Formats: sequence, structure tokens, C-alpha cells
Amino acid sequence: MGLHVASRAPDCQPIIEFRNVEKSYGSLKVLEQLSFSVKAGEHLALIGPSGSGKTTILRILMTLESVTAGDVIVNGVCLNHEQRGGKQVPSSEAHLRRMRGAFGMVFQHFNLFPHKTALQNVALAPVLTGSLSKAAAKERALQMLENVGLADKAHEYPSRLSGGQKQRVAIARALALQPKILLLDEITSALDPELVEEVLNVITNLRNETDMTMLLVTHEMGFAKDFSDRVLFFERGKIVEEGPPSEIFLSPHHERTKSFLRKIIAAGHRL
Amino acid sequence: MNTFESAIGYSWFILTGAVATVELTLLSCLLALILAMLAGIALTSDQIAVRAVTRIYVEIFRGTSVFVQLFAAYFVLPFVGVSLSPLQSGVLALGLNGGAYGAEVVRAALNAVGRDQREATIALNLTRWQALWWVILPQAVVFMLPSFGNLAIELMKGTAVASLITVSELTFQAQVVRGQTGDTAMPFLLILVIYLLIASALISFVRWLERRFGRGIVSANT
Repeated sequence: MGLHVASRAPDCQPIIEFRNVEKSYGSLKVLEQLSFSVKAGEHLALIGPSGSGKTTILRILMTLESVTAGDVIVNGVCLNHEQRGGKQVPSSEAHLRRMRGAFGMVFQHFNLFPHKTALQNVALAPVLTGSLSKAAAKERALQMLENVGLADKAHEYPSRLSGGQKQRVAIARALALQPKILLLDEITSALDPELVEEVLNVITNLRNETDMTMLLVTHEMGFAKDFSDRVLFFERGKIVEEGPPSEIFLSPHHERTKSFLRKIIAAGHRL
Repeated sequence: MNTFESAIGYSWFILTGAVATVELTLLSCLLALILAMLAGIALTSDQIAVRAVTRIYVEIFRGTSVFVQLFAAYFVLPFVGVSLSPLQSGVLALGLNGGAYGAEVVRAALNAVGRDQREATIALNLTRWQALWWVILPQAVVFMLPSFGNLAIELMKGTAVASLITVSELTFQAQVVRGQTGDTAMPFLLILVIYLLIASALISFVRWLERRFGRGIVSANT
């Protein structure tokens, strides 16, 4: 598995780097002195109990949350600060917009625009961000919907789609801007069990057919095991254990990891 | 005692007042709508100065009587060099007043659109204005419309106040007829029916807008 990643991402420069990142809401510390990095093309699974900070990491990268301290570096550029007049200042909206271009995000609750059809949901951002003409955006959106198996639902409003279909539209929408890094935030948690597979199949295809860097926050341990090159196990805003999925899932070293996996299996999730 | 024939005679005179009432209603609704949108959006701004100035506008025009505002527009503005016709004064006062009420409706509707929608626009790298125009407003409008329908009717009924500054609208014309013929029942019954008709037309229009903007949103949520 490690070799496979190395061949895919020859440069050693990490695409994402967290340096001593802290995040707190008032007195509640969500992330504590967190440092880790992600290589370009890597498929990372973030697992751990609720409230352990996994989702916060994705939200910080998508600039939905700011950090309290520390730095987040993306493609060698600081996300939360910028240089202005030789000084480091908090990021302006313009800087954040430049940085966001690298990311696409898929949310737990889809967050589709209910007043727009599936096609309009996918085509909106490429047109508005000026990356494509209207006709080209429509064409790409149709292609994206076809890739997720929903070409026939292009003109339906989200309210007429099943949960699994909504999430596949949301994936197509995130991909329409051709991000380098895809953030997947518990994308199957809001789905009925029988709809989970169709969404995971789309992600598996993406994993195998693109060189996107992907960060997956999930409670689907079986999927995390097949999907990831590396797994980070979080608890209380810290990385407790990290390693290849075979090691984390089959022979974890840390007692906390073991007890978490036992609970997950007892709750009916397969490994 | 007045007969049915004389009632027919002055009916036409009263009906000419309906034109002024409709004109006053439409123009002040338009002004109120524009002000409500601008002020409502300003009330959700991050800039405290923008919010403060808007809040002052809203509280002044909600907190004082439209009657006083109308007289101020017609009788006081000339002292600062602004002379408006009775109709213009009516539109200005009713529009500013309606806009202040509408601003609160717009603010509440914008806030009612879920945070998840805003986050999706950030994840898609839209600017704030793009997000507002393409994603937030179209959904918020659906929440606004029922209240806007009420405000439009309130405003239409409020146009009667403009009779006090000699706008020849329905109420003014009815007063003239009453003064000249001594008949009270018929002219006021007539304008009552006309007000009701205008209100029904307004409501039908708002219902149509609700259906049009509600596509995809009203039946179920995403």
C-alpha cells in the first residue's frame, strides 16, 4: 500500500500540513496541538468517536471554521494567514477564495440547493466562478451526473430524489470545479442503510480513477479500511494512533483504538 | 333622500379615485419592496455601522405614525427645499413606512435559510453576493411572500390617509360626494367594495408568486 502511494505522488512536499493547530469554542478545546500532513494523491481516513475533532479538520480546510492557533499549509501556502506588506495578517476573503479553489466538499446532509434542479446544482458554481461558459458548464454538469449514474435525473429537483441520489448529486457538484482535494464529511451517515452502497461505489470509482487527494471522515469502518492508504484515529482533538488500515483495523496498538473499534463492531458495523 | 340614479351618477366620479388608489398602492409597494430588500440585507451585514444606520431607519419609520410621516413629507420637506406633489408625498411616506416593516420580514427570511446552504456556497467558492443572489434570496423569498402579501394590503388600505393631503383617491372622492350630496352609505359602501377588489387582486398576485418561487422548496426540504 505504501509503495503504491509513493509511485502516485513522487514529490515529498505535502499537499496539506497542519502545524500545531488548535481550535476551541470558548473553553471547549476541539483540536489540541494537532500536527499531521497529507501527501498529494493520498487517501486518508479520519476515524474516532463523535466530538473528536475529525469533522472540524475538514471544516477548517474548507474555511468554514478558523483556527485558534497554529498554521494550516495547503500547497505550500498558509491558509489562515497571508503576507501583506512583509507582515503576517489573518487571511482576507480574497485570499480564502484563492485557497478554496483547491477543495471540494461533500456534506453529511448533502446541502443541495432545493430551488435548483440536479443539473443546475452542479452547473451553478462553474458558471459563477467564471471557470466555464454556460454551455460548457451544462455539458460538464451532465457528464458529472452521468459519472454518478444520474443522467436521467438531471432535471429533477432535489426534493424528488432519494437520499442516495441527493448525495451523488452533491458529489457531482463538488467535482464540477475539478478540485485537487476532496473532503468527504460523513457522507453516508444521513442515509438509509440500503442507500449507502450506491454512494460508496461512486467514491470507490473516484479513488481508483483519479489522482485526487481525498480526506474521508466516516463511521463506516469497512469502507474506511478498503478506501484508505492511511488511517488517523482521533480522540479529544488529538491523534491517538495512525497507520495503514491493515494495522489500525486488524492489530491496533493503542488501548483506546481497540475499545473504539470494539464499540463500533458491537453497534453492528462490519470491518 | 338619494335615489339609485344619483348613486350611478357619482359612482363614476368615485371610480376615478380608484385609479389614484391603485397608482399610489403600486408605486409605494414598489418603493417599499426596494427599501425592504436593501434594509433587510443591510440588517444581516457583518458591518456594525451598516446595521446601526439601517436599524435607525427601521425604528424611526416603524415607531412613528404614517399619518405624521405623510404630513412631514408634504408640509415639512418644502422647508428644506423639497417640494413634492401630494401623490409623490404619499408614495414617499407609505413607501418608507412599508419598507421599514418589510425590512424585518426580509431579515427574518434571510436568517431562516439554513446555515447549510451558506456553507455549501462557501464550499463552491461563490462570493457573498453570488451566494445571496443565486442561493439565499431565491429561497428566502418564499418565506417573505406571505408577510409581503399582508404588508401590501396594509399599505393599500393606508393609502386612504393620503386623502388628508388632497390626493384624489377613493376615500377623498367619497368624502367629496358625501359633502356635496349628503349621502354617506352609498359612496362608502362603494369604496368598501373597491378596496376589497383591489385587495383580492393583490392577494391573487402574491399567491401566484408563492407558487412560482416555491418550486422545489415548498413541498419538501432537502
